[in-house]
Amino acid sequence: MKKKNRLQLDDNGKLKHFLTIEGLNRQMLIDILDTAESFSSITEQHIKKVPLLRGKTIVNLFFEASTRTRTTFELAAKRLSADVLNINIQASATAKGETLLDMLRNFEAMHCDMFVVRHADSGAAHFIAQHAAPHISVINAGDGQHAHPTQAMLDMFTIRRKKGEFHRLNVAIVGDIRHSRVARSQIHALSMLGVEDIRIIAPKTLVPTEPDAFGVHVYHDLREGLRDVDVVIMLRLQKERMSGGSLPSEHEYFQLYGLTEEKLALAKSDVTVMHPGPINRGVEIDSEVADGPRSVILQQVSHGIAVRMAVMSMAMRSHLTNTSGGAR
Amino acid sequence: MRIEIKNGRVIDPANEVDSSHSLFISDGKVVACGNVPSGFNADETIDAKGQIVCPGLVDLRAHLREPGEEHKGTIASETRAAARGGITTLSCPPNTYPIIDTPAVAELIQRHAEAAGFARVVPLGALTQKLEGRAITEMHALKKAGCVGVSNAMKPLGSTLIQRRAMEYAATHDLTVFIHAEDVALSDNGCVHEGAVGSRLGLPGIPIAAETVAVAATLALVEESGARVHFSMISSKRALQKIARAKFEGQPVTCDVSAHHLHLTEIDLLGFNSQCHVRPPLRTQRDMEGLRKGIADGVVAAICSDHQPHEADAKLAPFGATEAGISALETLLPLALRIVDDGVLSMTQMISSLTHQPAAILGVEAGTLSIGQRADICIFDPERYWMLDGYSMLSRGHNTPFLNWEMKGEVTRTLLGGKTVYECE
Repeated sequence: MKKKNRLQLDDNGKLKHFLTIEGLNRQMLIDILDTAESFSSITEQHIKKVPLLRGKTIVNLFFEASTRTRTTFELAAKRLSADVLNINIQASATAKGETLLDMLRNFEAMHCDMFVVRHADSGAAHFIAQHAAPHISVINAGDGQHAHPTQAMLDMFTIRRKKGEFHRLNVAIVGDIRHSRVARSQIHALSMLGVEDIRIIAPKTLVPTEPDAFGVHVYHDLREGLRDVDVVIMLRLQKERMSGGSLPSEHEYFQLYGLTEEKLALAKSDVTVMHPGPINRGVEIDSEVADGPRSVILQQVSHGIAVRMAVMSMAMRSHLTNTSGGAR
Repeated sequence: MRIEIKNGRVIDPANEVDSSHSLFISDGKVVACGNVPSGFNADETIDAKGQIVCPGLVDLRAHLREPGEEHKGTIASETRAAARGGITTLSCPPNTYPIIDTPAVAELIQRHAEAAGFARVVPLGALTQKLEGRAITEMHALKKAGCVGVSNAMKPLGSTLIQRRAMEYAATHDLTVFIHAEDVALSDNGCVHEGAVGSRLGLPGIPIAAETVAVAATLALVEESGARVHFSMISSKRALQKIARAKFEGQPVTCDVSAHHLHLTEIDLLGFNSQCHVRPPLRTQRDMEGLRKGIADGVVAAICSDHQPHEADAKLAPFGATEAGISALETLLPLALRIVDDGVLSMTQMISSLTHQPAAILGVEAGTLSIGQRADICIFDPERYWMLDGYSMLSRGHNTPFLNWEMKGEVTRTLLGGKTVYECE
C-alpha cells in the first residue's frame, strides 16, 4: 500500500499520477470534486476553454476500445488548452512486436507531458507510471479489472450534486462486480468519502473473491438489497459472462437483477439511478428506468469532462511546481 | 588428491551425524569421518571453523534454460550459480526446447553439465510426447539415457485417462512421476492466488481448488496404478492435508515446496510486483504457515528452489503479461536457514529437506557423507550476513523479489566429487 502511495503522490503529497483511489485520502478526493465543481461552469460558458495546460501535450494511449471515456478525456484536455494525441494501439505498435516500454520511450522522446492510459491488463497504468520519465504524469483511464478512478470520481461528483453529503447514504452497486474495475474504484471512493452502507448485489458468480476485504455488504437478492437505498449504480453486463458460465442467459439475469420501476419502488422515493454506460437496455436496466426521472446517466457523462479536467490539471500542477521550484 | 576438512560442525542427517570433527576425502570420495585414516596425508586442508559442513544440496527443480532459451540461462551459468548456492545435484524439468522427450536431449544436458563441471544435473524426462498431454513417451529409453523421473512440467495432461496410462507406464519402469498439481480449467486465465489481494488488484485468480482438485484426482489414480508420485511445489495448506492423509494411508506419494512459498504471500503482490509473479501463486499467510509446518511434520520431504531465470524484459510489462518465476538457486540455503531461525525447523531437519530426502525422491546417490560416497560437500557459515544484489548474482537471471534482502548464512565453499567448484572471496 505504501508503495502505491509513493507512486501516485509527489514529495509534497500532491497528486502526480492518478492510478487508483486506494492510497489517496478523503481530503484529496474532496479537492478533486471541488476543483471539478469550479470547472463545470466553464463547460457551460460560451467559450469553453481555460489556458491552464497551454503548451502541454497529452497522449491518450488506448489499448482497449472506448468511446465515452476517450472522448471526454479528449474534450477535457482541449478545454484546458492542451494539445491532444489519440493513439489507438490495436491498430499500431504492439501488433508490430514493439514492447509497451519501447512505445513509452518513443512518446517521451516526443516530449509528451501526460499519458492517459486504458489497457486490458490490471496494473498497466502502474507499470507505465513506474517506468515513465519523471516529468510525465499518468492518468489511469481503466486497467483490466483493477481500477477506473476517474469514472469513480465522476460518479462521486454526481452523487454529491444530487445528495450533498455522503456519510448517511446507502449505496447499492448491482451487477458484475467481480470483473468490474468501475465497481472496485467506486467502492474505494464511497468508503473513503464516508458512506457506511455500501451494498453489492449479484449472484455468487459475479461477486468478487473475499468481498469482506472491500468492506461491503453482499446481497444475492435485488429486492432485498434495494430496500431503502439512496443511490443505485447499475453495471454493464458483458456478453462473455454467458459463454463463460457465470450466467445462464440475459433473460434470467434481467428477471433477477434487471432494474425495473417495480423493483426500484423498494428504494427510497428520491433514489438516484446511475450507470457508467454504455447501457444494455433490457439486460441490466429497463428503458423506463434508464430514461426516467431518477436516472442521472447522461449527467454522469457531462460530469466526466469536469472531473477529468480537475484530475489532469491537478496532476500537471504537481509537475509544474516540482520542476520550476514552486513558481506558477 | 587428499583433503581434510577440519574444525567444522559436520551435519549429515542421513547418518545421524552432528558433531565437530574432521572429514577426510580421497580421490573424490569421503573416506573417513572423525579419526584420520592410517597413512592419510592431506594435500589440502580446509579450515571450517565456525562453519557447518554438510552434504552438497540437492535441488528437485531448477530450470537451466538450455537447450533453447540460452538468453535466460545456460547449463554452465546456472550450475555455476548452483555451486554458489551449495547445490551439487539438481534436477531439471523437461520443458526445454527441444523438450526432453528423447534420449538425445537428456544426454546432451548431462554432457553439457559435465563439461561445465559445477554440479551434477539429473534430467526429468517428459511424461508425454512434446508435453502435449496426448501420447506417452519412450520412458524406458529416457530412463536409460539418465532421466530419474518423468514429468509433464507445467503443461496440462489431455485427460485423466492419459494421466492414468502415463502413471501405469511409468510404474512399469519404476519411474517416479513428478506432478505439478494444477487443474488448468479451474485456473482459467488466472495469474495470482484467488483471494483478497488479487481481488483488490483486479488480477484474475487461481483458486486453491485448482490445486486440490488435481491432487485429489492424482491420488485416486495412485490408488489404481500403484505409481510413485511426487507433487512439485505444493502451495496450499488444503492440498497438503490431502497428501498427508494419503501418506498416512501408506500411498507412495511425496511432495516438496519452494523456498519462496515459505517466505512470501499474496500480500507481496501489492503494487503489482511482477517479481512475485510465480506459479503456483503465492497464497495466504495461513497457507504459508501450513507449508512450513508440513516440513516440520515430515509431510513435505524437500524444499526446492524452482529456479526460473529470466531476462530483464520478461518482468517488464503489466503484471499479467510478465513471465512467472524467480531466479532462486543462490537464495535456497539462506531462505531455508531463515526458517530455522524462525524456530520452525531444527538445523538437521532443514538440512535433511535439502539433501538426503530430495536425493531419495530422485533415487540418486547423493545427499549424504557416507563413507565411500562421492564427496559432494557444502560448507557454509550460518551466521554470516550478506546482501543479495544483482551485481554479484551468478545466475544469468536477476529476477528475484529478494533483491536487497539481507541474507543470513552464506556458502563459503562447495565441493563436487572432492573438487572445489565454488569458494567465497
